[in-house]
Amino acid sequence: MPKDTTLKKILVIGSGPIVIGQAAEFDYAGTQACQSLREEGIEVILINSNPATIMTDTDIADKVYIEPMTPEFVTQIIRKERPDGLLPTLGGQTGLNLAVKLAESGVLEREGVRLLGTELHAITCAEDRDLFRNLMRELNEPVPDSDIVHTVEEAVTFAEGIGYPVIVRPAYTLGGSGGGIAHTEEELRETVENGIRNSPIGQCLVEQSIAGFKEVEYEVMRDAADNAIVVCNMENFDPVGVHTGDSIVFAPTQTLSDREHQMLRSASLKIIRALDIRGGCNVQLALDPHSFQYYVIEVNPRVSRSSALASKATGYPIARIAAKIAIGYHLDEIINPVTGETTACFEPSLDYVVSKIPRWPFDKFIDANRKLGTQMKATGEVMSIGRTLEESLLKAIRSLEIDLDHIQLPEANQLDRESLMRRLATPDDERLYLLGEWFRRGESLEEVHQITRIDRFYLGKIEKIVALEKELAEEEWSFDLLSRAKRLGFTDRSIARFSKKSEEDIRLYRQEKGLRPVYKVVDTCAAEFEAATPYYYSTYEWEDEVVKSGKDTVVVLGSGPIRIGQGVEFDYATVHAIQAIRDAGLEAVIINNNPETVSTDFNISDRLYFDPLYIEDVLHIIEKEQPVGVIVQFGGQTALNLARDLRDAGIPILGTSLDEIDRAEDREKFERLLGEVGIPQPPGKGVTSIDEALEVVRKLGFPVLVRPSYVIGGRAMEIVYSEKELLNYMAAAVKVNPNHPVLIDRYLQGKEIEVDAISDGDRVMVPGIMEHIERAGVHSGDSIAVYPPRSLTSQQKERLVEMTTQLARALKTKGLINIQFVLHEDEIYVLEVNPRASRTVPFLSKVTGVPMARVATRIILGENLLSQGYTGGLWPEGDDVAVKVPVFSFAKLRRVDVTLGPEMKSTGEVMGRDRDYARAVYKGLLAGGVSLPRFGTIIATISDKDKEEAMLLMHRFHQLGYQIVATSGTAEMLTAEGLPVTQVNKLKDGSPHILDWIREGKADLVVNTWTRGKTPERDGFRIRREAVEHGIACLTSLDTVEALLTTLASIYLTAEAIGQPKEAPVQKVEVTV
Amino acid sequence: MRAKLLLEDGTTFEGDSYGAEGEQVGEVVFNTGMTGYQEVLTDPSYCGQIVTMTYPLIGNYGLNRHDLESRSPFVHGFITREEAQVPSHWRSEQSISHWLKEYGILGISGIDTRMLTKKLRIHGTMKGLLSTANEPWEALAERLGAAELMHDQVARVSTKNIHVSPNYGPRVVLMDFGAKYGQQRELTKRGCDVVVVPWNTSAEEVHRLRPDGVFLSNGPGDPKDIPTAIQTVERLLGHYPLFGICLGHQLFALACGADTEKMKFGHRGSNQPVKELATGRTAITSQNHGYTVRIDSLTNTPLELTHVALNDGTCEGLAHKEYAAFSVQYHPEAAPGPHDSSYLFDQFVEMLTKKEDAVHA
Repeated sequence: MPKDTTLKKILVIGSGPIVIGQAAEFDYAGTQACQSLREEGIEVILINSNPATIMTDTDIADKVYIEPMTPEFVTQIIRKERPDGLLPTLGGQTGLNLAVKLAESGVLEREGVRLLGTELHAITCAEDRDLFRNLMRELNEPVPDSDIVHTVEEAVTFAEGIGYPVIVRPAYTLGGSGGGIAHTEEELRETVENGIRNSPIGQCLVEQSIAGFKEVEYEVMRDAADNAIVVCNMENFDPVGVHTGDSIVFAPTQTLSDREHQMLRSASLKIIRALDIRGGCNVQLALDPHSFQYYVIEVNPRVSRSSALASKATGYPIARIAAKIAIGYHLDEIINPVTGETTACFEPSLDYVVSKIPRWPFDKFIDANRKLGTQMKATGEVMSIGRTLEESLLKAIRSLEIDLDHIQLPEANQLDRESLMRRLATPDDERLYLLGEWFRRGESLEEVHQITRIDRFYLGKIEKIVALEKELAEEEWSFDLLSRAKRLGFTDRSIARFSKKSEEDIRLYRQEKGLRPVYKVVDTCAAEFEAATPYYYSTYEWEDEVVKSGKDTVVVLGSGPIRIGQGVEFDYATVHAIQAIRDAGLEAVIINNNPETVSTDFNISDRLYFDPLYIEDVLHIIEKEQPVGVIVQFGGQTALNLARDLRDAGIPILGTSLDEIDRAEDREKFERLLGEVGIPQPPGKGVTSIDEALEVVRKLGFPVLVRPSYVIGGRAMEIVYSEKELLNYMAAAVKVNPNHPVLIDRYLQGKEIEVDAISDGDRVMVPGIMEHIERAGVHSGDSIAVYPPRSLTSQQKERLVEMTTQLARALKTKGLINIQFVLHEDEIYVLEVNPRASRTVPFLSKVTGVPMARVATRIILGENLLSQGYTGGLWPEGDDVAVKVPVFSFAKLRRVDVTLGPEMKSTGEVMGRDRDYARAVYKGLLAGGVSLPRFGTIIATISDKDKEEAMLLMHRFHQLGYQIVATSGTAEMLTAEGLPVTQVNKLKDGSPHILDWIREGKADLVVNTWTRGKTPERDGFRIRREAVEHGIACLTSLDTVEALLTTLASIYLTAEAIGQPKEAPVQKVEVTV
Repeated sequence: MRAKLLLEDGTTFEGDSYGAEGEQVGEVVFNTGMTGYQEVLTDPSYCGQIVTMTYPLIGNYGLNRHDLESRSPFVHGFITREEAQVPSHWRSEQSISHWLKEYGILGISGIDTRMLTKKLRIHGTMKGLLSTANEPWEALAERLGAAELMHDQVARVSTKNIHVSPNYGPRVVLMDFGAKYGQQRELTKRGCDVVVVPWNTSAEEVHRLRPDGVFLSNGPGDPKDIPTAIQTVERLLGHYPLFGICLGHQLFALACGADTEKMKFGHRGSNQPVKELATGRTAITSQNHGYTVRIDSLTNTPLELTHVALNDGTCEGLAHKEYAAFSVQYHPEAAPGPHDSSYLFDQFVEMLTKKEDAVHA
């Protein structure tokens, strides 16, 4: 059946902010889907609260709503827009959950909106464990023995019956939030309690553990005519037990024979048919490594993270096709966009090996528990393609940007055998490298197989890599040996290390012998049909397939995996840069390795190289492409870090010159520059030794802000209050980066201001000034940013524009520049200058309507501001207020302190926009998942230095009708001020104490400013963690509290008159459990 | 040891030898299946062919005694990007290298198989020579030029004697032109009493076996190389329900007056979409053929086109307009490949129980 012509207008639901378990893959899926629908002449309405996405660009959908993704807001949009259909299956779990709520509340029926893609019944059937198990039984498909529980006791009873260990999976949660493996009753109690709380329906599945089985995924598609296909299958390197989002994955499956593959394929197709899904679906299965026994683990009745991976791994655009199916098309009526001739009704065949490695945030959260289990912890992932598994794997490792160029962790050789074995036994983010270490010590494959249960096939590959290392170290140097190393994916640097030669020797030798990579095409069909996809990967073989048109090309470096500090915002800017290059009549070439992103959709650029953003790989591509230049300012720190090596290799960098970038990042040069233009900065100095540091702080006085030079997202940045803390910091920081000095600045408390500007070297335009709600000291990425600024005078704004213009001119900026200022005692100081695209580019582009990355790209390519119709200065501010609110994933990362500080911790952002400040903040907080009850209970634990300031805020809470709960210190202070307080025990006073209040759900908000002491034993830490783990908003900055209060007051005041504050005496309340 | 591959257009590939040593000539073809190399190796339809697997890692799960599709391999060589030296699987008994050696088959690895595949796609399948001889290319070229591709593959791979797989259900005479075990498995699974007969069994002999139905198996090469078989099928038509697969399908078409032709590079893989015209539904099928029934030759025959390949529109299935007889170009028995089309065996077995109608139709 062709397109359903009754569908003229469709509402597409996005996935909201980036959180662990739901990253950029849904921007990719949603963007594809919107485009796919619009090319069918359908009017597309989109809702997504995340401004940092390509899909929320106004040219992707006909109407874009960046609003909180709650049933109320979506209902409003439905009433306003009257769409014919609702497509939720491309918005991840968020989209699906919203759709379920809308359907169940009767909104869809009442408003005559059809649910597209998947019936409600199928969603609930796949998501509700009980219904799902019943369906599997009907289909005769095996599921692990399990029980649905709603209480901890039920779980314990069940586990006693089947024996430990058991797996706990909460229903309807992202990335398995709150789940885990329990080996003992104690663990079970804790996990189930947590899981029930996390599950929106208070339900958990307790399941027989099949740890050690092979974990396999099938990405399937089906249309209304019941045509069903498998797009891709994938096999996890880690056996069952590690969340698939945290697993290293290979595609296609490597160790399944055809019989097993077809058995699981048939099962997957049977399931998608039984669920009557029209679109994409993901089926996770576990296969016994010793028999044909398998179990169905989970079904996602929607496009998922794995679908994005499968799309990039095969070239088959799942989301695009799923959208077409949703409006009635059958698979055989849709052309395969890769071949342009054959249809979408086929199964891709790969002639390469795809590896995916998750990118974990443990470099930022050094205190986090690194163990991997059923709760996902990765923020992003890299993918790589090779013609050997070894090549594919090693390319993936160096794509991660964790300072590794090989399956070799330098510090691993320090481990004694026992520690090594212990660490191998429990999966963590470094296990892969420890396997390398294992074989390097000559240990046996069989033994490590017994320890890890990782398939011998994969272990054999690692052993082979290590064997070649040994050959490089011991054997006579030869062309054959070198070419074998390159075919296994070794970098020149690692070859040099093993063979004790210099990297340069190897590069020259290869050049002389013509040993260089060729580029092959990803074509969905293993070369069976001609394909015109400009989607390439490097490998060491014979035939190169790159087709060039002869036009001038520009290479754009992408930003690699999503991590804290470098999120989807940079992909947004990258995509815009590519578009601007193409619009200018040049060819845009992108190098990137993140399968979740829009930039790695082969439709975006003229040529996509899916390769590591590692200097050797990048140089090879540049050698191949011979571009007029390389653009590095949109790919975040990743691209910038490469720029230096590119410059050294004589490659032209377009836009702001690297010398100028260095000038902004090098402390001394920067200081000189500021002196020249007469702009103040907080006094400070770069130091390289501890003595020097002590000397500097004696001059500056505490508190000081310390950080290493060259950082992403404020890594290792801290506010230090004492010499002892400074010494501790220096010891750690110097180890972090011995090549670059540590910067020590006086910490100026004040209002933080952020400016993004576009400069052509002469004229400078400031699209917008943003004011941060949280005072300086909280990382700008973790602050709520307000546009336009609400408390700056016009003189201050003028001064900011002036300073920005001066700085941009002084740095001869061509393109984007981002500057952070602090307003301290009426003086504006410069904190930081980043002559590149910043995190706020998409937010500001969207609220001002200035396509910043495109304007900047055109400047980089030779135009100026004036020729584009911009005169410079501050872009006129609109009447609306917009706020950018950070979103955190703390619930998924145990042991991480929630307190905001100079180190960035948020994973994503949302936007709130309305006609005034309070309404904008309200929307922003709501979109960010902070609930805003009109009255309730607030738990306050305030540090001494904040007490005065906090007092006013507590008064206001009281006036709003909030009950205030506090422990002795804070309670006494509040009582003295005449506020009624319920005093509860501190932890040391014994139960029932403050944590019990939180655990029992008796608090609506936690305000905690006990910032000092980040160790888990401290009370402040425990209170904060407890709040996060119970889904209670925990605010650690009084500025955020103030914003919240202002909003609450203005949203609710009119509804309810405030009574006189009651002068109640302090009550000592014994809390009953 | 090194191995050399020479194509008739002069293209040369040098790689590592695995499997047997020596020299073989064959038609070089490619298969896009990512799993199922053992089934491919033992599919008699590849007799006389040198097979390239497009998936680069082959042999990962080893070889075992259960996944054989015939008594031995008939390929004339095996080309892979990389062969797994250490397979890993609970059923694995041998590595591919040992296994090929045991059967005297040459293997070559370490070459750019994607480049080779593209050549075959662009130029069509080619005659090729695979050798471990340490001789100059000219000498190999001379031998390749002199070599003829074989035309008697069916006689080589078919059973020499009748053998029976007894059962209580309807009796099916399986004419073995190079049958994969999978076909027999599917019939046996459905209770059929299967009698496997040599390819050149006459119609009279088939009659003597008193079958309820006749099954025409797959097999290697050009159907026109075995005119006697075409005649036999012609003579059996209308007497029994008939089901043909692959070469069997082509023989059925030829017997009904249609024509076949050689394809440029054929269909070989496990991901081939086939549309059933009656229902509009598409199945993903396993295929292995280098010849096809010309759709334009179906006019004025009693045949109806029932299935087409979605990728290139070629004939994938036929049904006789009068008799209970049908055929498909693809492999519903899978092995390797998807199980989407196993219902065709149900259809056939159903026909056998309604045999009376068919015979007197």
